Amino acid sequence: MHIRTLAQLASDLRARRVSATELTSHFLERIGRFDPALNAFITVTAEQALAQAAAADRRLANGTATLLTGIPLAHKDIFCTSGVKTSCGSRMLDNFIAPYDATVVERLQSAGAVMLGKTNMDEFAMGSSNETSFYGPVHNPWNLALVPGGSSGGSAAAVAARLAPASTGTDTGGSIRQPAALTGITGIKPTYGRVSRYGMIAFASSLDQAGVLTQTAEDAAMLLEAIAGFDERDSTSLDEPVPRYSQIVNEPWDNITIGVPESFFDSGLDADNAAALRAALAQFEKLGARLKSIELEHIHLSVPAYYVVAPAEASSNLSRFDGVRFGHRAAREGHEDLLTFYMRNRGEGFGAEVKRRILTGTYVLSAGYFDAYYLQAQKVRQLVSQDFARAFAEVDLIAGPTTPSPAFGLGQKTSDPIEMYLNDIYTIGANLAGLPAMSLPCGFVRNLPVGMQLVAPPLAEARVLKAAHHFQRATDWHQRVPATYA
Amino acid sequence: MQWEIVIGLEIHAQLATRSKIFSGASTKYGATPNSQASLVDLGYPGVLPVLNGEAVTMAVKFGLATGCTIAQRSVFARKNYFYPDLPKGYQISQYELPIVHGGRTDVVLDDGSTRSVGIVRAHLEEDAGKSLHEDFAGMSGIDLNRAGTALLEIVSAPDLRSAAEAGAYMRKIHALVRYLEICDGNMQEGSFRCDANVSVRRQGDAKLGTRCELKNLNSFRFVEKAIEIEAARQIELIEGGGKVTQETRLYDPDRDETRPMRSKEEANDYRYFPDPDLLPIVVDPQLIDAIRAALPELPDAKHARFMHDYDLPAYDAGVLTAERRLADYFEAVASGTRATPKVAANWVMGELTAALNRASLEIDATHVPPAALAALLDKIEAGTISGKIAKEVFEALWNGEGSVDAIIEKRGLVQISDAASIDKLVADVIAANPAQVEQFRAGKDQVLGFLVGQVMKASRGKANPQQVNEALRKQLVP
Repeated sequence: MHIRTLAQLASDLRARRVSATELTSHFLERIGRFDPALNAFITVTAEQALAQAAAADRRLANGTATLLTGIPLAHKDIFCTSGVKTSCGSRMLDNFIAPYDATVVERLQSAGAVMLGKTNMDEFAMGSSNETSFYGPVHNPWNLALVPGGSSGGSAAAVAARLAPASTGTDTGGSIRQPAALTGITGIKPTYGRVSRYGMIAFASSLDQAGVLTQTAEDAAMLLEAIAGFDERDSTSLDEPVPRYSQIVNEPWDNITIGVPESFFDSGLDADNAAALRAALAQFEKLGARLKSIELEHIHLSVPAYYVVAPAEASSNLSRFDGVRFGHRAAREGHEDLLTFYMRNRGEGFGAEVKRRILTGTYVLSAGYFDAYYLQAQKVRQLVSQDFARAFAEVDLIAGPTTPSPAFGLGQKTSDPIEMYLNDIYTIGANLAGLPAMSLPCGFVRNLPVGMQLVAPPLAEARVLKAAHHFQRATDWHQRVPATYA
Repeated sequence: MQWEIVIGLEIHAQLATRSKIFSGASTKYGATPNSQASLVDLGYPGVLPVLNGEAVTMAVKFGLATGCTIAQRSVFARKNYFYPDLPKGYQISQYELPIVHGGRTDVVLDDGSTRSVGIVRAHLEEDAGKSLHEDFAGMSGIDLNRAGTALLEIVSAPDLRSAAEAGAYMRKIHALVRYLEICDGNMQEGSFRCDANVSVRRQGDAKLGTRCELKNLNSFRFVEKAIEIEAARQIELIEGGGKVTQETRLYDPDRDETRPMRSKEEANDYRYFPDPDLLPIVVDPQLIDAIRAALPELPDAKHARFMHDYDLPAYDAGVLTAERRLADYFEAVASGTRATPKVAANWVMGELTAALNRASLEIDATHVPPAALAALLDKIEAGTISGKIAKEVFEALWNGEGSVDAIIEKRGLVQISDAASIDKLVADVIAANPAQVEQFRAGKDQVLGFLVGQVMKASRGKANPQQVNEALRKQLVP
C-alpha cells in the first residue's frame, strides 16, 4: 500500500479498494516503526489524522469526495497548523501552538487530505543537511549514516522511506530539490508567488516558496494543483489562473528543446553524478527532446549573492522572535533589563547557524555596508534573472545537476559553512530568478540516488511537470525504494 | 549677537482609515488593551501584511492638496529595531521612495505676512503599540491596539524661523488634514503629533547649525514652548563657548526644559531595506485624477473666497475657515439670513464660539443649528428685537427653549418700535429727570446717553434704541 503513488492511492480510495482509515493507520504504523531511526517527524498527529480519515471515509461513502479526499500527507514544520505545535525546527518555537492554518495547509485540508504530522527540518529552514534542527538530524533512508539534505530533510526522508505518500516543503535556495535529490524522490519548487506564503514561517521572503515532495511528477502535479493560486493574504502571490497540471502531464510529449549549461558539468560536479546526468539527458533525447548547450554567464555569482540577500531578509524576519508574545522565554534571573531579556531569550532560543545568518544579515544591512553588499547582491540577482530570460528565449527547459554529489555523511560538512553552502550551488539560481524548478531521480551513484534538476520559465510548471512525467514513464529510478522500507 | 532659529517639523498624522494599514483590525480608539490586535498586528509567525487601499487614497489626497508629486512607484521599507511595543522587530515605513514628495504650503503669520514652507515628503507607515510603564508593579504593560494604525509622516523643509512660525505651520497642516478628512486631528489621543528639528545659527550664516530633534510634541502650545526653550538652550550653550551635539531630546512640560533621551534609545542603525512582503505602490493616474476631482475646497481657497464673496476681513475669514465644519456652519447662516455676512460672522465667531467653548463642544455638537441662528439674525435685521435682546434669545435657543419666534413670544421680547409708545416712554423720562434735561439744554450733549439709558431701562430693553434717540432729541429740542 505504501509503495503506491498518490495518483494510485486516490484511485484506490475512490474505488473503495482501501479506506482512508486503513491508509492512515498503515502510514501511522510505519511512522511508529521506522521513524525512531529516521527522525523525520517532529510531531505525529495520530489522533487528528484518524479523525480526518474517518471524515474522509464518510465523504468517500456519500459521494462528496474530491481528488485528495483521504490522502495522507506530512507537512514541513514550517507551515502553521491550527492547534498543533509549529516549531520550525527551533527551540525558539518548541512551545508554539499555531492559532491558524497556513494557506497551503488549509487548501490541502479542504481538498480532503489527511495530515499525518509535521516533519523535521533545519532550524528556520537554514541548512542543507537537516543537521541544524533543534530536534536532531534526520537520517537518510538510503544510508542512516548520511544526511537526507535540507532544509526539508524530514519531508524528503518521510517520502523516501514511504512513511507518507507525499509531503509539503519549502525552498529558499534548494530546500525542496536538494533533499529530494539526495533521497531519490521528486520535488518541485514553483514560480515565486505561485503558492501563497501565508502561514509559512518566513526565512527569506523574496526567495521562499512552498512546494511538494513526492514519489512522482504526476503526484507533484496533483498536489500543486491543490495548493497553487492567488491568495489575498499574500500580496506577493500571483493572481494567475492555475492550469490543470494533473491532466496536462498526461498529454502527449511535445518536442521541446532542453538547454544544458555546460559550466554545471565542470570540476565541481562529482564525475559519477555527471555520468548519470549525461545518461538521463540522452534519455530525454530518446524521448524526442533536442539538447542545446547554453551559457548562464553570472550563475557562478549565485551563491555569494544568495548569502547576502537571504541572511539580510532573515535577520529582519526573525526579529519577531523575542520571547515577548510567544516562543522561548529564558528563565528569569532576578531583575534584568530589556536588552538582557532579549539576549537571553534569543541566545537560548536560536541555534548556531541561525545566529550566524542573523549576524551576517545584520552586517550586510548596516550603515556603510548596505551598498557594498545588499545593493550589489540585488544587482547580481538581476543579472542572474536576465541570464535565465535570455536562455529561455532559445530553450524550453534547462537541465542540470541538482547537487554536486550524492548524499554526504552526517557531520561531514558541519565544520565548514562555506562547503555546506556550496551544496546549493545549482539550485540557488532558480530562487534568485523566481523560476519553477524540479528535481527528479535520474540514476544511482555508489548505491545512492542522484537528482536531475529541470528549470522552467516563470509559471511554466505544467511544462516542467510534463517533461518529468514523460521521463518517469520511460525510467524507473523514481520507483526505487531503500530495501528496509520497500 | 543676532541668532536665527531654524526649524523643520515631522508631523505624524494618524490616518482615519477604518482598519489598520496592513490588517483588517479596527482602529477605534480606547478599546480594551490588546482587543484590536490581529495576528498580523501581533507579528505572529507566518502572517503577512496586506496594504489597505484607503491609506493610499488618503496619502494621495494630502499630496494633491499640498502641490506634491505623487510617486509613480513608491516602496515600503523595513525600519529595524527592537522594542516590546514593536511586535515584528521592525516598523513598515517608506524610506527612499515615499508616496508623496516635493510640495509646499503657505502659512499666514500673526502679523499678516506669509511664509512658504516646503514639504519635502510625506510617507506612509504603521504606528507602534504603546508601552505602559506605570501600574504594573515594576513590570511594563504592552497595548498593541495602536500597532499597525496607518500614519502619514509629513516632513517639512527647515523653512521655519521661529516657534510661532512652527506653531502656525502645524495648525495649517492640522486644518488641512481635517479638511481632507484623512485625520481626526485629535491631539490628546495622539492622532496628530510632531517631532521638531531645531538648530540655531548666527544671522547671515549660510551653514546650518547642529540640530537636535525634539520628540513627540502633542500640542500646539508644547511645540512652541519646546522650540523656544531648546533654541534658548542652544544659544546659551554656544555663547558660553560650548557646542551643540546632535541628539534626540524630550520636552518636559512640567519642568519646562528639554533633556536628552538615553543614548541607548537613539543609537540605532535601523538597517532600512525594501520590505519583500509588499509590492511597490503603483498609483493609477486615473485614481489620482478621481481623487483630485473629489477634493474639497481647501482652507486657502475658502479663505480667499470668504474675503471676496462675503466681503469679510482677513481675520474673520481666517477664523471661520480654520475648521471646515465651522466654515460650513457660517455659510449656512450667511445664506439663510437677510443680515449681512459680517453680522453672521460676528455671531458665529462671538456668541456661538463662546457657547461652544463654555460647553467644550465641537461645532458638530452645537445646540443652535445654523437655520435657528439665521432666523435670529433676521429678527434683528427686521427690527423685531434689538441686538442686545438677541443675545438673550440666543441663550434661550442654546438651552433648548424652542424656536426663535416661540422664545420672543413667550418672553415678550418684541421690540417696541411704534412711535406713540416710544413718545410716551420718552415723555415720562423727561418729566422724571428735570435736572439732566436742564443740563442737556444748556449744551451738555453727553447727557443724552444717560436719558437713552433711562428710556431703555423703562422699556426693559425692548425699545428700539435708534427711535428712542430720535424721539428724545425731538422732544428736548422742540
